[in-house]
Amino acid sequence: MTSTRTAAPLIDEGVTARVLRQALATGGEFAEVFAEDRRGCMLAFDDGRIEDISSGHERGAGIRVVVGNTTGFAHTADLSERGLLAAAEAASGAARGAEGGARQVALSRSAPPSPSPAEVLPAGVAKAKKVELLCRADAAARAAGGDLRQLNANYRDSRRQVLVANSDGVFSTDDQVRIRLGISAVANGDTGMQTGSEIVGATMGFELFDRHDVEGLARSAAHRALSKLRARPAPSGTMPVVIKAGTGGVLFHEACGHGLEADHIAKAVSVFTGRVGEQVASPLVTLVDDGTMSHEWGALAIDDEGHPTGRNVLIENGVLTDYMWDWLRARKEGRGSSGNGRRQSYQHLPMVRMTNTFLMNGEEDPEEIIRQTPHGVYVAQLGGGQVNTTTGDFVFGMREAYLIENGGITEPIRDANLIGNGPQVLRDIDVIGNDFAMGFPGTCGKQGQGVPVGMGQPTLRVRGLTIGGTAR
Amino acid sequence: LSELAELAERVAAWSHDGECVEVYLSRGTDTEVRVYEGEVESLSSATSVGGGIRVVSGGRQGFAYAGALDDEVMAETLEEARSNAQFSTAEPWVGLPEPDGTEPVPLDLWRDELVAWPAQRKVDAALDLERAVRAGDPRIRQVESARWADSSNEMAVASSIGVLASGRSTACYLSAVAVAADGTESKVAHGYTVGRCPSDLVPSMAADDAVNRAVRMLGATKPRSAYLPVVLEPRVSAQVLSLLGSVLSGERVLKRVSLFSDRLGEAVAAPAVTLVDDPTMPAAWGAAAFDDEGLACRRNVMIDAGVLRCFLYDSTSARRAGRYSTASAVRAGYRSAPGVGVRAVHLQPGEVSPEELLAQVGDGILVQSVTGMHSGVNPVSGDFSVGAEGLLVRGGELASPVRELTIASSIQRMLQGVSAVANDIEWLPSRASGVTLAISEMSMSGA
Repeated sequence: MTSTRTAAPLIDEGVTARVLRQALATGGEFAEVFAEDRRGCMLAFDDGRIEDISSGHERGAGIRVVVGNTTGFAHTADLSERGLLAAAEAASGAARGAEGGARQVALSRSAPPSPSPAEVLPAGVAKAKKVELLCRADAAARAAGGDLRQLNANYRDSRRQVLVANSDGVFSTDDQVRIRLGISAVANGDTGMQTGSEIVGATMGFELFDRHDVEGLARSAAHRALSKLRARPAPSGTMPVVIKAGTGGVLFHEACGHGLEADHIAKAVSVFTGRVGEQVASPLVTLVDDGTMSHEWGALAIDDEGHPTGRNVLIENGVLTDYMWDWLRARKEGRGSSGNGRRQSYQHLPMVRMTNTFLMNGEEDPEEIIRQTPHGVYVAQLGGGQVNTTTGDFVFGMREAYLIENGGITEPIRDANLIGNGPQVLRDIDVIGNDFAMGFPGTCGKQGQGVPVGMGQPTLRVRGLTIGGTAR
Repeated sequence: LSELAELAERVAAWSHDGECVEVYLSRGTDTEVRVYEGEVESLSSATSVGGGIRVVSGGRQGFAYAGALDDEVMAETLEEARSNAQFSTAEPWVGLPEPDGTEPVPLDLWRDELVAWPAQRKVDAALDLERAVRAGDPRIRQVESARWADSSNEMAVASSIGVLASGRSTACYLSAVAVAADGTESKVAHGYTVGRCPSDLVPSMAADDAVNRAVRMLGATKPRSAYLPVVLEPRVSAQVLSLLGSVLSGERVLKRVSLFSDRLGEAVAAPAVTLVDDPTMPAAWGAAAFDDEGLACRRNVMIDAGVLRCFLYDSTSARRAGRYSTASAVRAGYRSAPGVGVRAVHLQPGEVSPEELLAQVGDGILVQSVTGMHSGVNPVSGDFSVGAEGLLVRGGELASPVRELTIASSIQRMLQGVSAVANDIEWLPSRASGVTLAISEMSMSGA
């Protein structure tokens, strides 16, 4: 039961062709049908009890028509031919082509192999088994001892079947199964409460839990909260920062990832506009976005415009090699999409998005990097981040961090944001470790749309980043 | 009774003996126009519907949702919610709310004017705004996007134990992102105007805001680290108030993870702070006659002149705490079961104008935008650290622009440190309104 790739598509091929023809009837140059069927299940375990359990099902299609520089878009939850034709008419009306004309569309069916086939579909797993998973996590965390105020475990699975067909002849399908477990703990001590969390997630089925030790994750979340009880206020000011492998991919996601998205480039609202071929980073930096990485959180067989995802090198040895592209931006430049056109759901227009973005391995022993840092901060777990692509200024949070004093890790410090400027930080990376690891599953938000993304990096050091703490 | 309310009532009546069923339905039509360089970049318009069903049986709750409203889908969704309920933990406090006798405040939040507004006028409004921003200052290099968005939404909630409520509202929003440039340097800022219908909008305000905020940041430098007074502009204070709203949830108190547990009746903030959540104020973006469990919304004063007066509850957390619901149940659309949240949180405005407030502060920093509210603020430990940009304040006047800095403190210290609240309350497109606010000291990290 690797997947249901052989099942009937969400919309029949003949219907799809008629809908595309209708969408082009008022003179559209391009039309697309994106259909989606999404099922999800969520369980929340809190204070030793299953507090929330919910599940849902949604399906529908978004239809896009492009005329010149204008895109018209409409969506419908009605996948019947009648419902689709009405949406096609609305989308073409919104794009308002100058003149009508019938165009036949010849579709060529393809289903590129999924980089992430699911072995055990979560819908087929008894809810009782999902409950049991959370109970195990809870018991393990509580056994960690200490004054644990709260233990919250959150399980989510989703299955997203998509079909994309367009007037260029694309007719592609994909079946994406994702599963995620988050555990967060609150510990109480003399200086107040502290939090610790762990998340595991992958584009795969319930077999995820054969590969991950749920008890170990829960213990780690509890220990993180307990050890932060003795954390001091974070420093305030600019200093060297060492970031542990597999935790700091968000640094690149924010420092340059968003700035390398072709929609920001086309409008010249990225600090990386017009810089292909230039040295934009330390020669140690090779940065890749790869939607084909098997089972990673941002893995997809096709993007949400029906194009196969790929492995795209963005920065090679510090030189900017290319941006990330969706269909619309690539068309304007007369080139192909890089498979980075994504959308949150059938109710949204696609735009340029990252998939799995990571920094390639360096050569240094990670322990040596710390030894060679007389004074600074060691970040062992990062939270989210945010960037202003126009100025390149970006922040990211630290959830577990320590002072580095005389080449050794010493006291834990409290949560704070770090701030830096993308182009400056890329130049300031002065050493990269040989211990590459992918990080936790992320959700990237852009213009109100959230999509799953993966991130990764080896241990690395930035010569100077500003720590937003309060220590005097 | 609206068509949606009739449907909700009919489905809720499908309950079996010994179980309670609640049906929440929503329908919304959204239109969005984006323009760029004098052309329509995209125009989308569509209606979405969906429903969420809660079943409580023997102290166990299950929830399920679907993105369609036909009977067959509703029946499947009810069955799924029933199945989910079997796996949750039974507790005496789990249950649906019963009508509590509070009469709803009549609110008229629907404007036929918006519903009838032709698409071409929406396009024209966005194009006019783009032109106004471009013409606003010679240093405006371009407009990253100018956007019209509107929505008309209906909701209904009905339960098998007598709740029946519905509401509808319209809203529209016109905004632009301006890019100011000087040599190789670029700065970006956002301006907007909101209302329930087109005649509420003031496009010139949106244009001026976008232009002035972008232009005044040109030449910004990274400041030296310091401890100094901080003034938050309304848009920034609104983000802080949203956060406070969630920190004051009664559910956090029950779970013993609230910063303010056991502090009712104590001074948790400076006397200038009176914090209120009042969805019955029609000017608020989140105004509503009913909460998302169908109880009449009411005015809740959480902090009165610095003294903590109440936490917010939905029906489940209230029953668990031995209290009454404050009608603070909110949902993130039909896909989610209700939880505790604010709709229209604001600070009681003070007496001084923003200019007088700056004069009182003397030297400090005015913060015009923050980043990383989700990554650098911990509502459990209270640690607060965000990226910021703004203008230094010297001798009560705005001075040089600064960027790439953070401001940090803790939620507890910030509340105690509020030295002044200005009189410029701004109803923003958010669950919180903003006001210019001074905090006596925060840590600014820079070079």
